[in-house]
Amino acid sequence: MANKQLVKVKINGRSCEAAVEPRTLLVHFIRESLALTGTHIGCDTSNCGACTVMMNGKTVKSCTVFAVQADGAEITTVEGLIKDGQLHPLQEGFKQEHGLQCGFCTPGMLMSSLALLKKNPNPSEEEIRWGISGNLCRCTGYQNIVKAVQYAAKKMSAAQGGSK
Amino acid sequence: MFKTSPEVGGMGHSIKRKEDLRFIQGRGNYVDDISLPHMTYGQLVRSPYAHARIKSINTAKAKAVPGVLAIVTGEDLAKANLAWMPTLSGDKQMVLATGKVLFQAQEVAFVIAEDRYAAADAAELVEVDYEELPVLVDPKKAMDAGAPLLREDREQKDNHIFHWEVGDKPGTEKIFKDAPVKAKIDAFFQRCHPAPLETCGCVADMNTATGRLTMYMTSQAPHAHRTLFALVGGIPENNIRVVSPDIGGGFGNKVPIYPGYVCAIVGSLTLGRPVKWIETRSENLMSTGFARDYHMTAEIAADKDGHMKALRVKTLADHGAFNAAAQPTKFPAGLFSICTGNYDLQNAFCEVDGVYTNKAPGGIAYRCSFRVTEAAYLIERAVDVLAQELKMDPVELRRKNFIANSKFPYKSPLGWTYDSGDYETNLKLALDKIGYQALRKEQEEKRKKGEFMGIGISTFVEIVGAGPAHTFDIAGIKMFDSAEIRIHPTGKAICRMGTKSQGQGHETTYAQIVAQELGIPAADVLVEEGDTDTAPYGLGTYASRSTPTSGAATAVAARKIREKAKKIAAFLLEASEEDLEWEPGKFFVKGSPSKAKTIQDIAFAAYTNIPPGLEAGLEAVDYYDPPNLTFPFGTYICVVDIDKGTGEIKVRRFLAVDDCGNIINPMIVEGQIHGGLTEGLAIAFMQQIDYDENGNVQGGTFMDYLLPTAVETPNWETDKTTTPSPHHPFGAKGIGESPNVGSPAAFVNAVVDALAHLGVKHIDMPITPWKVWNILKEKGVTG
Repeated sequence: MANKQLVKVKINGRSCEAAVEPRTLLVHFIRESLALTGTHIGCDTSNCGACTVMMNGKTVKSCTVFAVQADGAEITTVEGLIKDGQLHPLQEGFKQEHGLQCGFCTPGMLMSSLALLKKNPNPSEEEIRWGISGNLCRCTGYQNIVKAVQYAAKKMSAAQGGSK
Repeated sequence: MFKTSPEVGGMGHSIKRKEDLRFIQGRGNYVDDISLPHMTYGQLVRSPYAHARIKSINTAKAKAVPGVLAIVTGEDLAKANLAWMPTLSGDKQMVLATGKVLFQAQEVAFVIAEDRYAAADAAELVEVDYEELPVLVDPKKAMDAGAPLLREDREQKDNHIFHWEVGDKPGTEKIFKDAPVKAKIDAFFQRCHPAPLETCGCVADMNTATGRLTMYMTSQAPHAHRTLFALVGGIPENNIRVVSPDIGGGFGNKVPIYPGYVCAIVGSLTLGRPVKWIETRSENLMSTGFARDYHMTAEIAADKDGHMKALRVKTLADHGAFNAAAQPTKFPAGLFSICTGNYDLQNAFCEVDGVYTNKAPGGIAYRCSFRVTEAAYLIERAVDVLAQELKMDPVELRRKNFIANSKFPYKSPLGWTYDSGDYETNLKLALDKIGYQALRKEQEEKRKKGEFMGIGISTFVEIVGAGPAHTFDIAGIKMFDSAEIRIHPTGKAICRMGTKSQGQGHETTYAQIVAQELGIPAADVLVEEGDTDTAPYGLGTYASRSTPTSGAATAVAARKIREKAKKIAAFLLEASEEDLEWEPGKFFVKGSPSKAKTIQDIAFAAYTNIPPGLEAGLEAVDYYDPPNLTFPFGTYICVVDIDKGTGEIKVRRFLAVDDCGNIINPMIVEGQIHGGLTEGLAIAFMQQIDYDENGNVQGGTFMDYLLPTAVETPNWETDKTTTPSPHHPFGAKGIGESPNVGSPAAFVNAVVDALAHLGVKHIDMPITPWKVWNILKEKGVTG
């Protein structure tokens, strides 16, 4: 076993640190060292997106980032979406529009959708489909995920005074 | 049916799912989320060869890796008589290889270490000396004289597994002999993999102090797995607890017992510590749970007017290295004999031969009630070939041959009794909704302009919900299923079932059945599945059987509770039972509705004011043995446009009109249809586990095994007709698999239809742009 290195991150607003082997993947660091198991692993090749998290404001597939690369970073995972006991509009949208079935892809889908809406608060259906195209879902056929994102976009823009 | 209020949320309400709250917050509990004190990690060493003799295994370097605790080989398992395990199809399968390996990625050794990185390091360092053997990849060569013998362990010294036949061979031959029109199709339903987003895995936790094994595992059938572990492993069944936590999709992949599970148990027994084993995606695609791989020939005999008379089917089934098909014991080809579809034929004959090849063992029922997908695809393709032969519209041909409504319950020539159907009404709704005539006109105009547009129809019937127990068992265990309902003093309830959701929404839909039957709001009903210590025994969730079996059991158990509730209500109202009437939620005295007791009043009395002579409590359990299967059906219409320059296929429209009888939750049913259609799309156009001539897997990662993203997936249009099942307690049929069973034929029929005027009669799946481009080129079409 190689020497361990200390990795410090600010995750969901909380400062955390753990000593890990330099080759430790960020997803294992999050799931095992920090015990945040909402972020999932669905493939070995960065195709499925179940491990998607926000790192310094951008989505990354955390199976393709070493934990040491995230040292000092701000990370948001699915556990960080809820604020003061209020579900994020995206979380609400997934429930209201039946945007999930087994729930395994959901955390990654939520993070990719979040990134999309940050960049494009009022996306077209096609833009939503491209925006989540790095995330695979085997249950829903995506149609209700698209609706869930539309639900959130509408709700978020209404909250900002209905500005487009 | 009485419609409950939205607050109660009984049958027919699209209430939002109860399970979602934990999933959208990242608070699900999947097997890899489980972490136990002193837990260790297992990693399988797998064969790089498809067929090779093992000359030696050297674990010295691997054992030297810091953190490695144990390495188990087939020879070690053989000492405990565990090197082989029985499959669900009466065959046996190697847990860890002894003597030789029979497919690429076969399990050869199991490394256990303090963490997953050390386990993976050590697995790389296990040295296995192999001597390569001739490889058998093509099942059509399995019975050749010179074919290598794969299974030296068997008494039978060839690669044949089984021959199975059903129907009237001479009667069918006679019709064929005299038939003026015959249509024939050779169709290969390719090997594919369900690839749920969560792979298989487990945490085996043997408590050496108590002798009790807790097995957390991705299991679609936890009770059956407990019994099999007891029978094979020799651990008393009361000392095994199987817990199936949240499951990230199953689609049949999580029905069998795989070597990794057994190795983890052995590891935990050996070390006295918990052992976690989680497949990588490549391990999942290359070693567990493939489906289909059927080489099928169908022939239809008909008259010149298109009246179909008989069907003849011959199939070669590739089961890989071990016959590990997960299916009812008496059915080596599953329910493939549903292949006469919804057509009223005079006679039929169907035969299937299974053979071994150097490929991963299987096959499982991938979102399918045991080979029903293969059957529906075959007949729906064959009917289109006949239509082409007769130069008849495929809709008209189907219509002419539908089983008439008056014939239900209908006895098919291959022995099934269809419970109910109304195929014409369903078809008509679909045709009207999609505007069939206008589409045909558009197609005609496009053809004149040299453009390629196709319309594909599939009018399928399914057979789902096994039992009944007199016909269906898995490893001897009858295919009933169960429900237990307990009403608490405050009128809230907990229910447990023998099934296990993998995303189907059972926590919501079973609660709705209780709401419908007892009037207790679905929100007040907690549904728990998957823990064999608490749930009643059942065979699990696959083959669209949950609603037909455990759903039925839930209704029957609730009705038992209602019987007792009536006695309590009579006592409370000082009335006789005969004078009471029920509407969901309360008993009242006939003629005076204000004299009533709610189910909550009654529940409280069951614990606080018990009528003399009655037991305390309000609960019931039911083990439901269905009298028959259910036969959902539908009409699917697909419209495609083909780019003649690139061969790319665009699904412009897809309409699914399903009939699954009475519906519990329309939102969930629609979600199931969306998902199943997307898997059907993937099978038709993308998914294939192929092998090269050396038996190397060609689809072992998501880079090569293509799954549709949101971009490739079209918007699905859905509608329904309602033909209740006459024998199900609330008239429901299974639905989860219909879209996957019925849609592949619609996609392929649409593509073939687009190219039919060039003389194209069939294209095997997956229909890639490359295949289409080559056909266009061959036919002289230029972009």
